[in-house]
Amino acid sequence: MAECHPVGFQWVMEAKNRGATVIHVDPRFTRTSAMASSYVPIRSGTDIAFLGGIVNYILAGGLDFREYVVAYTNAATIVNDDFVDAEDVDGLFSGYEPDRHAYAPTTWQYAGQPEISAGGADTDSQRATAGPLRHESHGAPISAGVHRDETLQHPRCVYQILKRHFARYTPEMVERVCGVPRAAFQEVCEAWTRNSGRERTTALAYSVGWTQHTVGVQYIRTAAIIQLLLGNIGRPGGGILALRGHASIQGSTDVPTLFNLLPGYLPMPHHAQHPTFDEWVDGMRHPDQKGFWSNARGYATSLLKAYWGAAATADNDYRYDYLPRMTGDHGTYQTTLNMIDGKVKGYFLLGQNPAVGSAHGRAQRLGMANLDWLVVRDFFLTESATFWKDGPEVATGEMTPDRCRTEVFFLPAASHVEKEGTFTQTQRLLQWREKAVEPPGDSRSELWFFYHLGRLVRQKLAGSDRARDRAVLDLTWDYPVRGAQDEPSAEAVLKEINGYHVDTGQPLSSYTEARDDGSTAVGCWIYTGVYAGGVNQAARRKPGSEQSWVAPEWGWAWPLNRRILYNRASADPQGRPWSERKAYVRWDEQRGAWTGPDVPDFEPTKHPTYQAPDGATGPAALAGDDAFIMQADGKAWLYVPTGLVDGPLPTHYEPAESPVRNPLYGQQANPARRAYRRPDNRLNPSPPDPHSDVFPYVFVIGRLTEHHTAGGMSRTVRYLAELQPEMFVEVSPELAAERGLHHLGWAHLVTLRSAIEARVMVTERIRPLRVDGRPLHQIWLPYHWGGQGLTRGDSANDLFGIVLDPNVLIQENKVGTCDIRPGRRPTGPALRDYVAEYQRRAGMTTGTDRKD
Amino acid sequence: MGVRTWIASWPVYRQLTGTDPLGRGAAAKSAGSSRLTARTETADSVARSVCPYCAVGCGQRVYVKDGQVSQIEGDPDSPISRGRLCPKGAASKNLVTSELRQQKVRYRRPYGTEWEELDLATAMDMIADRVVAARDATWEDVDAQGRPLHRTLGVASLGGATLDNEENYLIKKLFTALGALQIENQARI
Ligand code: SF4
Repeated sequence: MAECHPVGFQWVMEAKNRGATVIHVDPRFTRTSAMASSYVPIRSGTDIAFLGGIVNYILAGGLDFREYVVAYTNAATIVNDDFVDAEDVDGLFSGYEPDRHAYAPTTWQYAGQPEISAGGADTDSQRATAGPLRHESHGAPISAGVHRDETLQHPRCVYQILKRHFARYTPEMVERVCGVPRAAFQEVCEAWTRNSGRERTTALAYSVGWTQHTVGVQYIRTAAIIQLLLGNIGRPGGGILALRGHASIQGSTDVPTLFNLLPGYLPMPHHAQHPTFDEWVDGMRHPDQKGFWSNARGYATSLLKAYWGAAATADNDYRYDYLPRMTGDHGTYQTTLNMIDGKVKGYFLLGQNPAVGSAHGRAQRLGMANLDWLVVRDFFLTESATFWKDGPEVATGEMTPDRCRTEVFFLPAASHVEKEGTFTQTQRLLQWREKAVEPPGDSRSELWFFYHLGRLVRQKLAGSDRARDRAVLDLTWDYPVRGAQDEPSAEAVLKEINGYHVDTGQPLSSYTEARDDGSTAVGCWIYTGVYAGGVNQAARRKPGSEQSWVAPEWGWAWPLNRRILYNRASADPQGRPWSERKAYVRWDEQRGAWTGPDVPDFEPTKHPTYQAPDGATGPAALAGDDAFIMQADGKAWLYVPTGLVDGPLPTHYEPAESPVRNPLYGQQANPARRAYRRPDNRLNPSPPDPHSDVFPYVFVIGRLTEHHTAGGMSRTVRYLAELQPEMFVEVSPELAAERGLHHLGWAHLVTLRSAIEARVMVTERIRPLRVDGRPLHQIWLPYHWGGQGLTRGDSANDLFGIVLDPNVLIQENKVGTCDIRPGRRPTGPALRDYVAEYQRRAGMTTGTDRKD
Repeated sequence: MGVRTWIASWPVYRQLTGTDPLGRGAAAKSAGSSRLTARTETADSVARSVCPYCAVGCGQRVYVKDGQVSQIEGDPDSPISRGRLCPKGAASKNLVTSELRQQKVRYRRPYGTEWEELDLATAMDMIADRVVAARDATWEDVDAQGRPLHRTLGVASLGGATLDNEENYLIKKLFTALGALQIENQARI
């Protein structure tokens, strides 16, 4: 955090100065470790074992915050009799179908659920379409009727299942799997539990490298289990804080440029599951579920009204027929492979540089070399713009400009000071930026580019009556423009995102006003309120020093300007703060309302003792102590009965590439991981398969303070290029001795995909670990470099193949295996021969990835 | 110069007797540095902005002189950053004013060995033509069982995490209406 989110880290230091204990768990000693109270090195890819050990410590010792757990989580809920835990089947949950590498999750349900909920039935297509991603704003749909045993004694209640599931995650096992000594582990367990409960809370911060694993979603699930068991969610000083790495990566998920989502986490329709509007809506929410997500029909109708305006009517299902349908995986990696196979004609790159920033850089470049046309919009000529001219494949002779057919348009982009608009930062806070100057030369904003591209395409299609063209021509696309360049008004777009009443044009002030009768148009329902009262709330800039510590008048946070989600849980079931020390939101009996320094995340006047009448659904079905109002049962989920494709509970699997045999289960890696088994995407062998010794070392990639992701915005900046002028690799003194590597000399790393070179930094920041009784070496390298810019070097992402988390289709590139050798790598055609020799040694001349 | 003035101009004397015992402000000033004015004081205008790098979202004040960015500072009003910027945020003036920034459209024709020039309006028109053609060539109306598909897999896009919400909204809206599904960004990476 000190390295990659330095200004956010000032708050950690404030807390430490006031007595907080700061623990840093990381494969590499960083500036964060230097400032922490204690530093715990860990083997990359083993966090579920580490955190699972803490869950076991809590449950074995009965250290959970019992009142919180019973009231606010699903600990008491009874699970289906037929569920079989992975502990009992050597690493596989019930329902696994080996030929599909996928689960039928029917047996994971709560007891008494009528049938499997719509859309959850087929994990194969859920995986292909990254279905679970849409649960970023709300839980998966289930019926509200569940059986509970609040004594937590029932053998099939979630609490007991959890306890059995993690019983083997002992300190000894944590040491064996993670390489974390027992004493260090014990210290973390004690500190975390001691600092949680009524009087105290503990926060967990992770960087999104956590998501870049084949078990990434389950990492975060394990963290959620701990934080819920200890009562650290919805309370000040608690939570799970994702430290995101791009200015508006949260915004680009909320208002998504993602294939499987529409704005506000509405799912893109699937051809087989959602042929009709009603089936689409029924797939989003269970007809008799609790909570605010039950109004999904209103959000969906209002989005279609925002898109297609007057053309969208009740008679034509609001032009649901205009939405494209998914048939499977249309994610960026599948698309890259489709490019290699010649199935994609045109590609837009908008401030993104996949030749350096995506896994398997070689596949990225070979894919781009096989397009009809490519549009790159950026500040500088990135590696993705110049691959055809001087990329690594040109150096090896595999590609020459006069044989590369791709037509390339490079259009310069406007910078953040040359346009106005909102970023959504990592805590869901929208901040409006004012425009300082005009963009230079041909530089334009994306708002300009897409508005005018749409205008030109509509001109070219004008008069067509083909249904496919009507979808474009009926689009509401009449944003006011201004200035010499005809820049569209970002505020007009923000107002549409916020939503408005169709008849009056008046902005909505809350998503509860969204209707399913076509009377409201809402571009992104979770952002409703950002333009409440016709005022741009994201532009609010009341100085922090002039308001409460919650600072509610700086920018605007979704939903409804709430700064802590689910903050009803900061009070006990009766609505009283758990302690005065940790008071936040409370029930005010006199006023008959919830109150506090934040916007209460609850119906404002619902009494804490309210009980829903029989048969109630939606918000009315939420009891006064159902704090998790976006969940179908009002409870936070320790156990996930539906919505995940790789199991209802986190389970330790080895990374797809690992030198270690899974010490916990016969099942080596995540059985449901998304693999692309083809000869141009070979994975290094792992135990129990032969030849894993060809790649004996674990490598981890990461960021430097002075550079930014694929380097397009930092290797081009003079100060930053000077501060970190060269690609390097960090190795321990022990590994340096083992492989003959010299400080400041050269080394190269090899995988089945490629070989790259870097300067050697021999440092004790990387320590050898003892894993399963054997020494294990980890290697760290930054991934910022490429062939363009003021400082140039090989790209770490060239080392990776493509293998993904099955829930959200994010690649595993925070851990892999490699060989490392002294000296520079071969150049020219010899480089491919060198890699081919490793492929031969690994027995991979014809085969591909292991099949389990 | 009188003796008093001479002594008073000695930094250590001023540090010991003045309001700056640590010698980090007034006491350290020379005659030359006391005549300097900050770029922030002579700016024509200031825009309230946000750092474009990571998602902490530090506040920035962008100072403008004669239509050019003259300085970028941390915004002390921000309850998130309290005026601080890390090395990246502090270097962002060089990002936006860099002479290395491409300011002209560049075009590389199929099998071309060099970049060529192209004007923006022509480039926009060519791109619009290509979108329409690629979409028509790869359009899928229905699946094998006659269920609607209404889409093209011939056009893809990557990027959005560095862009504004309003921009992402228009990108998604236009591509969705065009039937283009493979619209992705860094959040998948
Ligand atoms: S100044 Fe640094 S910490 Fe702050 S938003 Fe920019 S990159 Fe992030």
